[in-house]
Amino acid sequence: MSASYAHPEVLVDTEWVASHAHDPNVRVVEVDVDTKAYDEGHVPGAIAWAWNTQLCDTVVRDILPKAQFDDLMTQSGIGNNTTVVLYGDNNNWFAAWALWQMKVYGHKDVRIMDGGRKKWLAEGRDLETTATRATPSATPYRASDPDLSLRAFLPQVQQAHKAGSAVMIDVRSPQEFSGEILAPPGLPETCQRGGHIPGARSVPWGKACNDDGTFKSRDQLQQLYAAEGVNAAKPVIAYCRIGERSSHTWFVLKYLLGVNNVMNYDGSWTEWGNLVGAPVEKGAAKSAGQA
Amino acid sequence: MKPEHFSERKVDVDGWQVNLTTYQLGDKWHTTADNVSPGASLARIVADTREDAENRALARAKELLGRTKRRT
Repeated sequence: MSASYAHPEVLVDTEWVASHAHDPNVRVVEVDVDTKAYDEGHVPGAIAWAWNTQLCDTVVRDILPKAQFDDLMTQSGIGNNTTVVLYGDNNNWFAAWALWQMKVYGHKDVRIMDGGRKKWLAEGRDLETTATRATPSATPYRASDPDLSLRAFLPQVQQAHKAGSAVMIDVRSPQEFSGEILAPPGLPETCQRGGHIPGARSVPWGKACNDDGTFKSRDQLQQLYAAEGVNAAKPVIAYCRIGERSSHTWFVLKYLLGVNNVMNYDGSWTEWGNLVGAPVEKGAAKSAGQA
Repeated sequence: MKPEHFSERKVDVDGWQVNLTTYQLGDKWHTTADNVSPGASLARIVADTREDAENRALARAKELLGRTKRRT
């Protein structure tokens, strides 16, 4: 399935999960956009993390602080050598967000279930409706210091924009990119201005997925991103609205295509689109190859 | 339990593309409505019949999508 990807070890299929979900060295975790999805039924043995309360600092806008990350892992029964398999709804949006944070904190073996929750359901696989209670690890988890090479902060993005030193990939919908809408349809508007960072290329995150939720082939992904200027010559900065869709694209670029220098700008449009004086470009994406 | 009768289809709701996913689990029908692009969740409904679950999910999606302003 995933043999042709740059890092095939980061993907597992549903069959692998079905046969390893109760392996004591494996912890399966569901992370959904809609945090109620898990309660309806989940992979047997899987626990759940809520992106909006457990995978962020709930006071300061930030990812989980290291001490809280350590605690979440320990309470989830995850040790530094545990194989963690993440999956979720919407083709693994927030599963990718969780994976990105786990990589920021240096977890070695964390994988995505290809196709996510949707594929599991479509295949009619077993669902458990009672929540799994994890037994906390006997040995406290110890995260590494954060690997900030995986994360772009505003000053870096501003500098890269001025210098033209990075390829900016905007992974939101075309209507958010153009400025026609300020937030995904049906969701509250969370920015003052619509549009995109000048010079950014539009590659909506979903283009990386097949209809069944699995990732497209390496060749298809290569073609998709190469057409928008992604190559080894420049660093890549992916952004969306709050950093979760862009962590999906970050995962694709980093692990499926093997792009070394790719960062997730999790401040994303809710930061840039609210900044006083920040340059904004409006209008539809130019076709591939146009500056 | 195993989910049965999984189906997925795209529906136009006031000019917005909505993805409607439905399956049966036990004696209940579960429907979610997501906007196709970008894929964000709009509604999650559990009901006794497929028709009721889908109709209620679409009604909720319509209500939420009606709040979105287009700036053209």
